[in-house]
Amino acid sequence: MTAGSGLSRLEGRDKVTGAARYAYEYPVEDVLYVCPVGATVASGTVTEVDGTAALADPEVVAVVDHTNAPRLLPAVTADELVFQSPSVAYRGQPVAAVVATTLEAAQEGAAQVLVRYVEHPHRVALDPDDPDLEQPETTNAGFPGTSVKGDVDAALADADVVVDHVYTTPPQHNNPMETVAIIARWDGDRLLLHDSNQGPWAAATGFGMLWGIPPEQVSVVTEHVGGGFGSKVWPTAGAVVASVAARVTGRPCKLMLTRQQMFTMAPARTATRSHLRLGARRDGTMTAIDHDTLQYSSVIHEFVEQTGSATRTMYASDNLRIRHRLARLNLPTPRVMRAPGKTPGMFAVESAMDELAYALGLDPLELRLRNEPSTDPASGLPFDGRHLVDCLQVGADKFGWTARDPTPAARRRGRWLFGTGLASAMYPVYQQGGKATARAEPDGTFHVSVAAVDIGTGARTALWQEAASVLGVRSVVIHIGRSAYGRSSLAGGSAGTASWGGAVRKACAELRRLLAEHGGAVPRDGLEVTADTAADQLPPDKARHSYGAHFCAVRVDADTGQVRVDRLLGVFAHGHALNARTAHSQLLGGMVMGVSMALHEQTVIDPRLGLFVNHDLAQYHIATHADIRGLEAHSLERADDDVTLVGGKGIGELGIVGSAAAVANAVFHATGVRVRDLPITLERVRAA
Amino acid sequence: MTDQLRGDVVLRVNGEDRVVNLDNRSTLLDALREHLRLTGTKKGCDHGQCGACTVLVDGERANSCLLLAVAAEGREVTTVEGLADGDELHPLQRAFIAHDGFQCGYCTPGQLCSAVGMLAEVADGVPSWVTADLTTTPDLDDDEIRERMSGNLCRCGAYAGILAAIREVADG
Amino acid sequence: MRAFRYARATDPGGAAALVAGEPDAVYLGGGTNLVDLMKLGVLRPGLVVDVSRLPYDRIEHLPDGGVLIGGAARGGRIMRDEALRRRYPAVTRALLSGASAQIRTQATVAGNLLQRTRCPYFQNTATPCNKRDPGSGCSAIPGAHRDLGVIGTSEHCVATHPSDLAVALAAYDAVVEVRRPDGAEVLVPIADLHRLPGDTPWIETVLEPGDLVTGVQLPPPPSGAVATYRKVRDRWSFAFATVSVAAVWSADEVALALGGVAPKPWRLTATERMLAGTDPTDDEVRAASRAAFTDARPLPDNAFKIELAADLVAAVLRDLRSTGAGR
Repeated sequence: MTAGSGLSRLEGRDKVTGAARYAYEYPVEDVLYVCPVGATVASGTVTEVDGTAALADPEVVAVVDHTNAPRLLPAVTADELVFQSPSVAYRGQPVAAVVATTLEAAQEGAAQVLVRYVEHPHRVALDPDDPDLEQPETTNAGFPGTSVKGDVDAALADADVVVDHVYTTPPQHNNPMETVAIIARWDGDRLLLHDSNQGPWAAATGFGMLWGIPPEQVSVVTEHVGGGFGSKVWPTAGAVVASVAARVTGRPCKLMLTRQQMFTMAPARTATRSHLRLGARRDGTMTAIDHDTLQYSSVIHEFVEQTGSATRTMYASDNLRIRHRLARLNLPTPRVMRAPGKTPGMFAVESAMDELAYALGLDPLELRLRNEPSTDPASGLPFDGRHLVDCLQVGADKFGWTARDPTPAARRRGRWLFGTGLASAMYPVYQQGGKATARAEPDGTFHVSVAAVDIGTGARTALWQEAASVLGVRSVVIHIGRSAYGRSSLAGGSAGTASWGGAVRKACAELRRLLAEHGGAVPRDGLEVTADTAADQLPPDKARHSYGAHFCAVRVDADTGQVRVDRLLGVFAHGHALNARTAHSQLLGGMVMGVSMALHEQTVIDPRLGLFVNHDLAQYHIATHADIRGLEAHSLERADDDVTLVGGKGIGELGIVGSAAAVANAVFHATGVRVRDLPITLERVRAA
Repeated sequence: MTDQLRGDVVLRVNGEDRVVNLDNRSTLLDALREHLRLTGTKKGCDHGQCGACTVLVDGERANSCLLLAVAAEGREVTTVEGLADGDELHPLQRAFIAHDGFQCGYCTPGQLCSAVGMLAEVADGVPSWVTADLTTTPDLDDDEIRERMSGNLCRCGAYAGILAAIREVADG
Repeated sequence: MRAFRYARATDPGGAAALVAGEPDAVYLGGGTNLVDLMKLGVLRPGLVVDVSRLPYDRIEHLPDGGVLIGGAARGGRIMRDEALRRRYPAVTRALLSGASAQIRTQATVAGNLLQRTRCPYFQNTATPCNKRDPGSGCSAIPGAHRDLGVIGTSEHCVATHPSDLAVALAAYDAVVEVRRPDGAEVLVPIADLHRLPGDTPWIETVLEPGDLVTGVQLPPPPSGAVATYRKVRDRWSFAFATVSVAAVWSADEVALALGGVAPKPWRLTATERMLAGTDPTDDEVRAASRAAFTDARPLPDNAFKIELAADLVAAVLRDLRSTGAGR
């Protein structure tokens, strides 16, 4: 599959020559290196941090811990409050940091710090029978913890066919290629950061809250970011350590988490357990959907993955019940990872739909068509563009679905068993207000600045295109990656480009009007407009989502149970794409992560030690190049999906949602083995 | 024999001899990034598990995170900064841009160096795990490229673009 | 990483002299595992003696049809040897299945044989491990052991040896050349190189301090033999073996060695005896493979490896006998 059409990335040359500068790579005079020390107990109290051996090295400048660190104020998560107390809530939580003049000395110093603890009992297992489970009022992104329509139990009792299964997903780590990286410096009460994050304004806000200073006093520069996938949305514990070290030493400090530290000093996705019960009449009409979800948070902060949120909107049913329960475990607070809630929840829903199709003797595509809702099932709101059926039908056509014999385990050639599966995708539309500034110079150039960040999405290029198109000129310089450009959206919720683009369009349109008022002549001091889209946001009167459909072909080694994805075809309805090339890459990237989730990804927990066991990239497997074959992403740009200020709906997360279910459904078709627990390892395939 | 824990090391990087005083513990990767200001080479895992730090050492691809700088003395190191000929990009660099073979760009320098080394291996007749016949010159089909490039993880999932870019250059 | 002194050996005697009287000295070859473990704090040498430039990087095809591969030969060089690829397909495929291309090009044969287990607890100094910290206990047995050993293990350690190459070498009955510090050359059959953990899991090989692996001798392959190496893993590339098998099959002889199941390359001697000279069905191969696991000590999460191994051996022998290739 070749790249989609569209302008190639503005920073492309810098990225292929090594000139593109990431946070850790700015030369800074007199800089110190910081290496955090993680707790080696899963629950307890630090009784002593002995830095004597570390400080014996003349290159070691300081050992920071809860006894000498400055006080921080509560911010976004409790995990960020590093070195504020001797309490240990989970293994790997920062308990100290070593600051040294060289990287080697900082790392060895960290190994030399002796930390003593009183150890307390810990709990790290996600257990549906845990008597202390909480029933949260709301989930992440503001969904109700519990929502009920009709009488699910009665409908299930009356249903002709019921599918009743538990689906689980393990903890997963975002693992961007660039770990958390930061250079922190204090200039009086101003904090200056070169930081790898998903929103310089959010970083300024988060660090400002921690240090009790307004965001304007935090200067964040974020030119290039080596991926985030949700892990760099808010300041991580690791990044905060650098700002503390800089405060303590009075010198610039740089820190890059090791890959191992990324597993506990940066967030991850919770494990989930979905108990799904689907009821249907013999004709395929669904009469009940019951999604009971369980996820975990840490013992110090409540974060509730919105695992059941997609279930609210996918399929018609008069009886619908969605519940979220929460275990509090001695693990780092999980946070968002690409399509939070939707990704694990839709694995469950779309697997269960496949099971229901088999139980009814219906084609899984047909089952979805028969249960297409006319209004949003949970809220009753009208849809603002809904093209799920379109995606399914176009995809079926491109994939060649109609010729499929549904019989499981019926296609063997040599050692290979072949199968196909499909699943739906969805992602909500988010958009945030924010500022952008457009400036005309007398020399005919235009400068447009917005506190956006390009974590690989292609935002920089798309925003330049928006500015150039509104201004009607090519002589535009786009400036992003600085908190100084003002309040702005995150690269999160697939909302970044739409949010920033809306502000850029508004600023450019206003500048154009202003220019016209000046008869097209730019005064000597230039013309400048700052626009704010805070008041321009979408009213909550409609249900707005992008949709998609995945079609997957797998082969399974009949001797060993190894699964290989031969083909994954996605069709996505997201409205207008600002840049078809980078949008296409985003969709493919989501699908790759979906294959990776289906077959490889899991953070293994040792319950005795309260340990994330496989905390590196040799053991936490993500898909290699050899694991990815036959990818195709197609976009349906339907006009009624053009709902945001730039037209279109979010793209960044859509591609991952449902893709793991498409793989699992194909594995069932190939082998007759239904794997309900991710990842689909060979022993799970062989177990049947 | 030396009792020193650090010393001057002569590193030959991109055709230039660079003398740098290094801790024996410095890896080639950290020497490049922290001492020679060649930050194009990236640190992704620091344990040879991701390929972001791939450089060419005596023309062969290597994880610079696992090479002690002091042990790399006298070997010819090429980094991403050394691939272009002045302003003229290497064909692989151009192809990566043309095929959108990256998103965040952090694995890209390693992918590029790896691809250069990989094409040289193929030219030397080196087979891969997926080569059916070990005795003939390997035919560089898509699965061959995928396997040979699997030491370079890309979390953004730009594999399709990377494949297309290498394919284009390999096919001339 | 602990600060260390570095010295580059220029001749074999010099290497031995450098480490003499230095209890915390290590030899550095390609460094792909040593530097990794030093960063993790698992190994904390005070002196690193670089032996990668000693003249042990040759590949010599011998008149008897065998081959000698130098201990300092790197994968990049070995893979360029056409005759080796042709004559020892199982060795070639094993090498090609290991790690990534960038690690293979740099890693030496000696380092490959002497690399340490990838048991997650061995690699994590914050956890108990009898191999790394004698007497501290084994975390893997009551913990995450899915990837660890099922046979040859002990109640003190269930680590596996991670090398692919060693498995193929075992199937060919390779012999390891060792240079003693006094200059004496000794030969160690590969089957004897690695020791089982027993109650001393920290002792992994029969080598003594200062011993240098200078090469590996491969005897001529059995006449008319077909051979291959197949590796089952959790990704299609760049992953350690869940189970792997090296098989050398000829009319009256069969050699089978497994990876991923034991603290050393595991020869299936019982299986070989049962299958030699026969024309077995898949089920007979599976039964013969299971017979080699009568002394197995599987754990709850890795017991699947025994049946997986049986299925894999059956598949590989089926393919080898029908096509001469078992990829």
